[in-house]
Amino acid sequence: MRRTLANIYRLGVKELWSLWRDPMMLVLILFTFTIAIYSAATAMPETLHNASMAIVDEDNSPLSQRIVAAFYPPQFKRPAMITTRAIDPGMDAGDYTFVMHIPTGFQRDVLAGRPAEIQLNTDATRMTQAFTGSSYIQQIALGEVTAFVQGYRGQAAMPVDLELRARFNPTLDKSWFGALAEIINQITMLSIILTGAALIREREHGTVEHLLVMPVTPFEIMSSKVWSMGLVVLLASFLSINLVVRALLDIPVAGSLSLFFAGAALSMFATTSIGIFMATIARNMPQFGMLTVLVLLPLEMLSGSTTPRESMPEVVQNVMLAAPTTHFVELGQAILFRGAGIDVVWPQLLAIVAIGGVFFTIALAQFRRAISEMA
Amino acid sequence: MVGLIGPDGMGKSSLLSLIAGARAIQEGEVEVLGGSMADRRHRGAVCPRIAYMPQGLGKNLYPTLSVEENLQFFARLFGHGEAERRRRIDDLTRSTGLYSFLSRPAGKLSGGMKQKLGLCCALIHDPDLLVLDEPTTGVDPLARAQFWDLIARIRRQHPAMSVIVATAYMDEAQRFDWLVAMDDGGLLATGTPAELLERTKSASLEDAFIALLPAEKKRGHAPVVIPPLAADDTDIAIEARDLTMRFGAFVAVDHVSFRIRRGEIFGFLGSNGCGKTTTMKMLTGLLPASDGQAWLFGREIDSRDIAVRRRVGYMSQGFSLYSELTIRQNLELHARLFDVPAQEIPDRVAEMIDRFGLGAVLDDLPPKLPLGIRQRLSLAVAMVHKPELLILDEPTSGVDPVARDAFWRLLIELSRRDRVTIFISTHFMNEAERCDRMSMMHAGRVLDSDTPARLVERRGAATLEEAFIDYLVEAGGESPADDRLAIEESATPARPQAARRRTFSPQRMLSYMWRETLELRRDPVRSTLALAGSVILLLVMGFGISLDVNDIRYAVLDRDQSSISERYQLDIAGSRYFIEQPPLTGYDDLDRRMRAGDISLAIEIPPGFGRDLLRGHPKPIAAWFDGAMPMRAETVQGYIQGLHQSWLTDQMRAAGVTGAARAGAGSTVSIENRYRYNPDVRSLPAMVPSIIPLLLLMLPAMLAALAVVREKEVGSIINLYVTPVTRTEFLLGKQIPYVGLAMINFAIMVMMAVTLFGVPVKGNFLALAFAALLFCIIATGMGLLASAVTRSQIAVLLLALIGTLIPAVTYGGMIDPVSSLEGSARLFGEVYPASHMFTISRGVFNKALGFRDLAGSFWPLLIAVPVITGASILLLRKQER
Repeated sequence: MRRTLANIYRLGVKELWSLWRDPMMLVLILFTFTIAIYSAATAMPETLHNASMAIVDEDNSPLSQRIVAAFYPPQFKRPAMITTRAIDPGMDAGDYTFVMHIPTGFQRDVLAGRPAEIQLNTDATRMTQAFTGSSYIQQIALGEVTAFVQGYRGQAAMPVDLELRARFNPTLDKSWFGALAEIINQITMLSIILTGAALIREREHGTVEHLLVMPVTPFEIMSSKVWSMGLVVLLASFLSINLVVRALLDIPVAGSLSLFFAGAALSMFATTSIGIFMATIARNMPQFGMLTVLVLLPLEMLSGSTTPRESMPEVVQNVMLAAPTTHFVELGQAILFRGAGIDVVWPQLLAIVAIGGVFFTIALAQFRRAISEMA
Repeated sequence: MVGLIGPDGMGKSSLLSLIAGARAIQEGEVEVLGGSMADRRHRGAVCPRIAYMPQGLGKNLYPTLSVEENLQFFARLFGHGEAERRRRIDDLTRSTGLYSFLSRPAGKLSGGMKQKLGLCCALIHDPDLLVLDEPTTGVDPLARAQFWDLIARIRRQHPAMSVIVATAYMDEAQRFDWLVAMDDGGLLATGTPAELLERTKSASLEDAFIALLPAEKKRGHAPVVIPPLAADDTDIAIEARDLTMRFGAFVAVDHVSFRIRRGEIFGFLGSNGCGKTTTMKMLTGLLPASDGQAWLFGREIDSRDIAVRRRVGYMSQGFSLYSELTIRQNLELHARLFDVPAQEIPDRVAEMIDRFGLGAVLDDLPPKLPLGIRQRLSLAVAMVHKPELLILDEPTSGVDPVARDAFWRLLIELSRRDRVTIFISTHFMNEAERCDRMSMMHAGRVLDSDTPARLVERRGAATLEEAFIDYLVEAGGESPADDRLAIEESATPARPQAARRRTFSPQRMLSYMWRETLELRRDPVRSTLALAGSVILLLVMGFGISLDVNDIRYAVLDRDQSSISERYQLDIAGSRYFIEQPPLTGYDDLDRRMRAGDISLAIEIPPGFGRDLLRGHPKPIAAWFDGAMPMRAETVQGYIQGLHQSWLTDQMRAAGVTGAARAGAGSTVSIENRYRYNPDVRSLPAMVPSIIPLLLLMLPAMLAALAVVREKEVGSIINLYVTPVTRTEFLLGKQIPYVGLAMINFAIMVMMAVTLFGVPVKGNFLALAFAALLFCIIATGMGLLASAVTRSQIAVLLLALIGTLIPAVTYGGMIDPVSSLEGSARLFGEVYPASHMFTISRGVFNKALGFRDLAGSFWPLLIAVPVITGASILLLRKQER
């Protein structure tokens, strides 16, 4: 037992040395935990940013001009003034996401208290802008009309107010979500790639057979890769959260970081096992790279880290319950975004431990089988 | 016939590749067939007259292609017609004994047969100059003898043909007309073999070569002397009985039996792939034997027996060391893993360093060291735990003669002084001669075992090599070709159309295309990625990038409990976007459930809400929503505002508020919003048409990029360098199969979109298909562009992924329309072909458009095709640097 631990420790130290002398991988780690996080935080698309809009103003009255003038950056680009005939081609070509049509006699009707109608065409294939954008436009246009009629600008007093309060992220700052979601994704990605690459590297250098003639067991070999690469990812993500996310981007982290990293460490049992498993199937680095694309994308996209799980089909949701990332993402979001404690996230922790145990066992069995063929 | 002799890594191969025009000249001049090889035009003109066979078994061959297919490919490159190809292939394969193996994949041939096939491929166009780089390294002596016979016959056939050969076997060099001895990239001596022997007064060329080496290299070199062995016949270190290893139907090792006494040096002699390595792996427990038994120190081998491993040292082929650890770290790691007690480790490491002369390089990394030192280090590593048995698998291949002798002195010392049993495999005859006893192996069987001297004697041969060949012939190895006549008949040197070679040849392009298709079909991982990849990813992304916000779980904290507050709740509960959860009991409950992600929206209705409303001074309703996912939060915000608004309207209508008040609130003005193209504002119809172009871009680019870089990594790119194929033919030939594949993927994805996702093609399908075709050409072109500038497969994979995915998503209008970009990002988005493909795809799928409506997006695609293809052709090199 003591010897097993000693061997696992020594082989792990060897992995760390190997990684330290592999510039490609170091650059990859550095990139994923600095630039990638930073750009994910800052480049999260604003739902309504520079939306392109056109207005057909057939009324050409003070009121219609007032409405036209109400749309300006950063939400909207200055609206293009077009004719009715240009609506269809412009929307077909995707030049305009929104086209507003103000009919003749609009101001006259409004002042006379007659029903007046503005038509808004929304390109609903632009999912990110269509919904919020059109409701924005409606609010702005109506606000202008009201202000015009009442002679002053201001929100019409509603009989009953609705007070909207966003919890956990009061200003709905997207960089919070972008940065933390990216950290969660990068932990998954790197733990798979680093462990897989560590095994493939041994295979390509022919050192696997070397290990196998030594008095060490496959369990020790695999465990050493799991702990060493897991440690690297944990350390890198720890630095990244503190230096990039909190210090540089000034994003608050709601919950306990130690709880989050405990969860990350547990989930890495599963993800590093996936890495080992893939590396036993792939014969070389390129094949491993291709497999990674096919495995990583579903793991990341369907685990709820980019889009909410509840909008996915039922089947997908259920299948993804078997993926460690799903639970890790839930746990991470609960802790980092909503400040949840152990009393809230224990079911996820349990799930992660269970899945990690199963994956590790499967990977070890496959590793035992494959490693003799590698030699 | 000129021979280049000298150890590995000393410049022979570089010189030959310069002569063949495969590598670009940096300085000086090489004249071949009456012109300088630095001159592009001359290179083009003489290239069909030169045949080049690079180093490494079958390096320029395609392992998954059969013998016939390989030959067909090369014959087409040189522009032979169908009938001519058939005749030449039949001639060459008959005379080399490959005729009966025409349908076998090249990768499954034995080493000797691979080299013969390589030769056939080189000879298919009747060259005037044949350049052979170590054609017989690792090939068994019989096959070697046959190979040289074949060369001799071909030379009789074409007396005008010159041959340049590089070799590490000094005994082969004896046959050449003229020798060039090389070391450290420079010349040592030139002359006929006889001259060299005479000049150095040596008996053999090997000795002559050592004599020619500069003094400092020879330092410490002395002939290897082997003291006699005093072994005890009953003290057995290894015993194997009927050891057999089968891989499927293939028998790699066939009933091998031998006994090795303690302290003995026992050799395995045989060609590559005859089963030496497999036997050794079975002895180390790396491979479980299919049949038979073996004992180490009297204990039957069990791969789980950790204790036996401590008594064995193993040195695998190719000196596998941790290249990222220094010499010292390598030694220490191995000492620790072999459980050398901690306090002994420093002494043990020091001892190894001293004994193997590694003191000067202690803190260096292995890859920086010469092969000879790496080999010593491997032995030191295998010895660090003082094993009683050393298993060495071809420990001296690729090492120069001086270092080899030094290595053998170490082995002899270990055997005679420390009584270490040494089991060594080799394909060098003079090394086998140094063993106490040896086994001759061929095709998985041991032909005979005894002391080298007795084996020679038993066969009545002059040398061990002759004895071995004799054994091989008896064992029914590849018998010399009996159809010697064939080559005699084939003397119709119809020179292929040399005049037309620089211009574009569809045949050569098709030849590359045909070969690429075959290779792709036979590579399971790549073809899976190619076909299943887009299906999997379309499914994942179609469901994954859903921007729909549905099924929002909410709960109400109703502190009013009036009929009005109930009405308010009914409105929300009736919406298809919301799912009601059990009501909240208080703020703590709200807080806890929101933190747990159980609900993402909480509505609080204040106490006395109904009463106050009726009095006309209502208190506000509060809505708390989860802002952790801002995009979703914004939509939730929009939904709840809308619901609130409609509730208000209903309330007012019910209360009969006057028209004037309504006018004041601006309610006569309605804004009619038409969601065009996608009336339900659902994610799938919006996303699927943009995911399809994304996948059409990413996967074909990756595959096409791999296609070229693979050739660079494997080495078959050499065929581009030395055959008349032009860069255009090469690239287009490789591109076409991937364009075809991408179009198949396109069809599959469109079908999935229509059937599985229920996203119909509303517009002109032909327009979409034509755009997809253009786009696939562009995508594969971008992959080729990436491959032109990278060398390793993993690098090109990353480059292709980053170079396609990120610009397409960020600038191409996948998520945000190009029209909302600004400055250089906008310009990039306008130029990047993906953005136009997105427009076309959305236009046809969602907007029911056709060719005419989308003309503005077709032109940029049409222009991009020649630009990208041209750039990758220009960037690809026709020579190695």
